[in-house]
Amino acid sequence: MTVDSERESPTRNLPGILEEDAEQWTAKLRNAAIDALPPQRLMPDRQPAYVASWIYVFGVLTLAALAVVIVTGMVLAIMGPTWWHVSPVGHFVNSLHLWSVESFFAFMVVHLWGSFFMAAWRGKRRLTWVFGAFAFLASVGTAFTGYLSQQNFDSQWIGTQAKDGINSTGAGAVFNVLNFGQMLMWHIVLLPLAVGVIVGVHVLLVRRRGVVPPFALDEPGAPDDPPGSSGTAASAAIEGEA
Amino acid sequence: MSPTSRSERRSRSFKPDRDVVEWHGAYVRYDLVKEFLVALGVVALLVVLLTVAFSSPDETPVTVRSWSTNNPVDFAQTAITELDGTSESATYGPPYNTGSNDTQSIGFFSPEKWVGVHIPINTAQDFVIGPLRTLPDRPDVRAALDRYQAAPASQQQAWTAAYEKAVANATFSNGVLHVAPGSYGPVGAIIGDLTSMARSGALDGALVSSKQFYSTDYTKPLLFIADGNYLSDLAGAQHLQGNQWGMMNETGNYPGQAWLWLYTLWYQVPPMNSSSSGDLQVWAIMMLLSLVMILVPFIPGLRSVPRWSRVYRLIWRQHYRSLATAPGASAKT
Repeated sequence: MTVDSERESPTRNLPGILEEDAEQWTAKLRNAAIDALPPQRLMPDRQPAYVASWIYVFGVLTLAALAVVIVTGMVLAIMGPTWWHVSPVGHFVNSLHLWSVESFFAFMVVHLWGSFFMAAWRGKRRLTWVFGAFAFLASVGTAFTGYLSQQNFDSQWIGTQAKDGINSTGAGAVFNVLNFGQMLMWHIVLLPLAVGVIVGVHVLLVRRRGVVPPFALDEPGAPDDPPGSSGTAASAAIEGEA
Repeated sequence: MSPTSRSERRSRSFKPDRDVVEWHGAYVRYDLVKEFLVALGVVALLVVLLTVAFSSPDETPVTVRSWSTNNPVDFAQTAITELDGTSESATYGPPYNTGSNDTQSIGFFSPEKWVGVHIPINTAQDFVIGPLRTLPDRPDVRAALDRYQAAPASQQQAWTAAYEKAVANATFSNGVLHVAPGSYGPVGAIIGDLTSMARSGALDGALVSSKQFYSTDYTKPLLFIADGNYLSDLAGAQHLQGNQWGMMNETGNYPGQAWLWLYTLWYQVPPMNSSSSGDLQVWAIMMLLSLVMILVPFIPGLRSVPRWSRVYRLIWRQHYRSLATAPGASAKT
């Protein structure tokens, strides 16, 4: 539901702020962003009543685990790659990093399957699904380069085993899994940036489109009618029409 | 077009696996920020508990020194294959060299070959001759290398073939590699000296040396170590071999990269488990499956699975129950 007041720019009609130049690129970008994501849609304090299932928890649990991954990874980055091998505190932080990654993937996989069984792409939400899938794949790559950057037996074995697969695709020419320095940079700069951007867009798309409504049991092609149903799809709005 | 006919047209075009009916029902209070912070606290506590209970693995890495110290015979047997160009790395192919042992293809599709050599590795020069020439005050070593390099290729091959046969039954005691006497020219001295250099730790440094002071590239020592049996024997003891679901595991009893289960699964089934192009076949399958996952909302049939499976009734059971119990309630959604 779109309310007229939601489309109002916060800078419009505010005392002390000059009238905006609507032709300005900055103003256009700001207004487009506000139109797409007005504050009450970006950070709503109400949700549809159907958002009442344990499955919704796994999305926010995934984000929370990602936050722990980032914070523990930043501590490891601050102290340098060899710190955790020689310091008990460093080893503890590395363990936090490991288990936050394991938790992150566990939550994300449940979130992914939940989204699948809710057909969460319905109603102009296809791009939300696409970015979620990319987030999963980018996370797999980030974790993989993390394992290669550990500087221990696991790194050696995983690197020497993985090289054949990577090399077979031709990517080994520019993505050398036996080059510690290169893998570390991918792990702490490029891939986290990619995951951060993709997850950020995914969350914004969720906020823009809202949480997908349940299947209406009397939709055309729906399995059956619920008790007491009275609505018809002919009278319903079709969000999927672009 | 009249409103009626437009409504009818839209009704016909409604697809339940693509479209939704707008929600006109009730809204409830929902504090997203509070939910996130509570989730953050719960996850942080869970992670701390898992850390305290299980810690994390940090198995000491294999070095050329530890390899040649713990299994000098395996080292010598590997070193001779690096010198005569028969090791896995020497015959690998792109991106390391022009060999064809590991060059994979699916029909005409062979990206490895198309991309070519980008990380040039000459195992004889990079793993044996070059490092030995860095040894200071060793004219005997230089003389052996000069003699080997000055010999015709056929003579080099005869020496290395004879040594490779003899070293198969080599023993090691009192810091010396014992190989039965034979016609290997300078090759016995070269491999013996390389073994001594490796056991001293000097070969580890020589293999990662570059024109610059700093180096973070361990391609050469890792390829050398992986050519021997020592690393794979240790991995086998840690249930990390390819037929043990390989690299998705981790040393110790840790979950490892469990999310790679599907990737690793394909290596266990024919024809990938015995194909010389198994890696490329597995990657082709995984790329295709990844594309399917990304494009689920656009694939007819697949995008209908959630509706057919009826799992959504479990997820939204409270919602559907409320529809069923509300007298005269609309069941639009």
